[in-house]
Amino acid sequence: MKHLLSINDLSESEAIGILNTAVELARVSDAPMKKLPTLRGRTIVNLFAEDSTRTRISFEAAAKRLSADVINFSAKGSSVSKGESLKDTAQTLQAMGADAVIIRHQASGAAHRLASSQWMSGTVINAGDGTHEHPSQALLDAYTLRKHLMHGAQNLKGLHVAVVGDILHSRVARSNILLLSKLGAAVTVIAPPTLLPFGIESWPADVSYDFDDVIPQVDAIMMLRVQNERMNELYFPNAREYSRYFGLNADRVKRMKTSSIIMHPGPMNRGLEITADVADSARSVIVEQVSNGVSVRMAILYTLLTGEGIESGALA
Amino acid sequence: MSVALPPADMSRALTRISHEILERNGGSNNLVLLGIPTRGAHLALRIATIIEGIESKSVPVGALDITLHRDDLRLRPPRALMPTKIPTAGIEGKDVVLVDDVFFSGRTIRAALDALGEIGRPRTVQLAVLIDRGHRELPIRADFVGKNLPTSRDQSVKVHLSEIDGVDEVLVGRAGEL
Repeated sequence: MKHLLSINDLSESEAIGILNTAVELARVSDAPMKKLPTLRGRTIVNLFAEDSTRTRISFEAAAKRLSADVINFSAKGSSVSKGESLKDTAQTLQAMGADAVIIRHQASGAAHRLASSQWMSGTVINAGDGTHEHPSQALLDAYTLRKHLMHGAQNLKGLHVAVVGDILHSRVARSNILLLSKLGAAVTVIAPPTLLPFGIESWPADVSYDFDDVIPQVDAIMMLRVQNERMNELYFPNAREYSRYFGLNADRVKRMKTSSIIMHPGPMNRGLEITADVADSARSVIVEQVSNGVSVRMAILYTLLTGEGIESGALA
Repeated sequence: MSVALPPADMSRALTRISHEILERNGGSNNLVLLGIPTRGAHLALRIATIIEGIESKSVPVGALDITLHRDDLRLRPPRALMPTKIPTAGIEGKDVVLVDDVFFSGRTIRAALDALGEIGRPRTVQLAVLIDRGHRELPIRADFVGKNLPTSRDQSVKVHLSEIDGVDEVLVGRAGEL
């Protein structure tokens, strides 16, 4: 495994290998000395053509804890805003000797283009491409689910997870549904019909339009952000109606299983898909998702950047 | 392929190493045993049990995974990480005995010394190994050796322990044969 572009690049055992590696690496984040020499001398470029808080800083923290050199590159303030193409940007990074590029781009398939072109030779990690995939987010969500609900089991067999909201524009939903089903969990997606992608029936998930019906059955509820910036049509009448049918509020939380947890990949629209009191409640693991993100991204970098030039990337 | 150390001899070697550790350190008061996973960790537990039997008190024992400190990470496929368990009292000011199964190039122990340095500052660090097969690539030596086993570089040495492999034995053979 050289690149991480899609959850489909991972077998079940490779995904579990990354989660297990993350468990060991989480101890580094707890130790007073938060640094390992593992990737010393390697250069990792954060190429972010689209805005990001959590993903960019957690990849940066992960790379730095493994002693890699990190170059941050965002579209704003670089020649991309002058109209430089992805190809020219990639060739520049290659000329500077980047060992890995972590790319966030508004175009679906941008990471794949970078990896399959001959523009650069390094490892490519997809940190979100358009409405396609966001594999590192799915891995950290699986890590969080496993830690809270699986009591030491390796996979997610027997778990039932609801993914609620703007499925149509969500790369997080697509990667999560692929990974959760790969790890044995059942997934139900809940959204207004206008926010479901074409062909959803072929995804490994059930579809429901009734949030209240599903709530008591599930072990975790994953809320998605309503992506206003990608909505150039009217997908629902107004925000109040959306909240009433698909928002998570205190009343709905009361009907959840007592052991179940609330997740959100962030950033949240407080008051739209989730109310502020629910987001800050004891059930919510939203902040913990962020710290788990650092451990999981360390595990991804470790898995992809050790043993270069060796074809089989499976963990021994 | 031949058996270099049968079960009874392995048990005698570990008992002798345990006595030597106690003799060198004047008892077990300040000792911490840290095994290097996978088999070193089991050997450390066995030595701790033997020392408990001799001194009638328990010895802090743990495991130290050194994978992230290796200098050959670029040359090999990614390795699965093993648990590191440091005894709650820590290693600060202690006499730490690292325990490993086969002592070869010395690179594992170099990595272990780096890993230890990030956890604390022991008073001394000592090394106990079941098999010393020679061919050092670094200026590192062992303090306690179960058996010196002269080998050539193209041979390989494999330690089997009953906890993992169901049998206690040390095998020597041509590389690829084991």
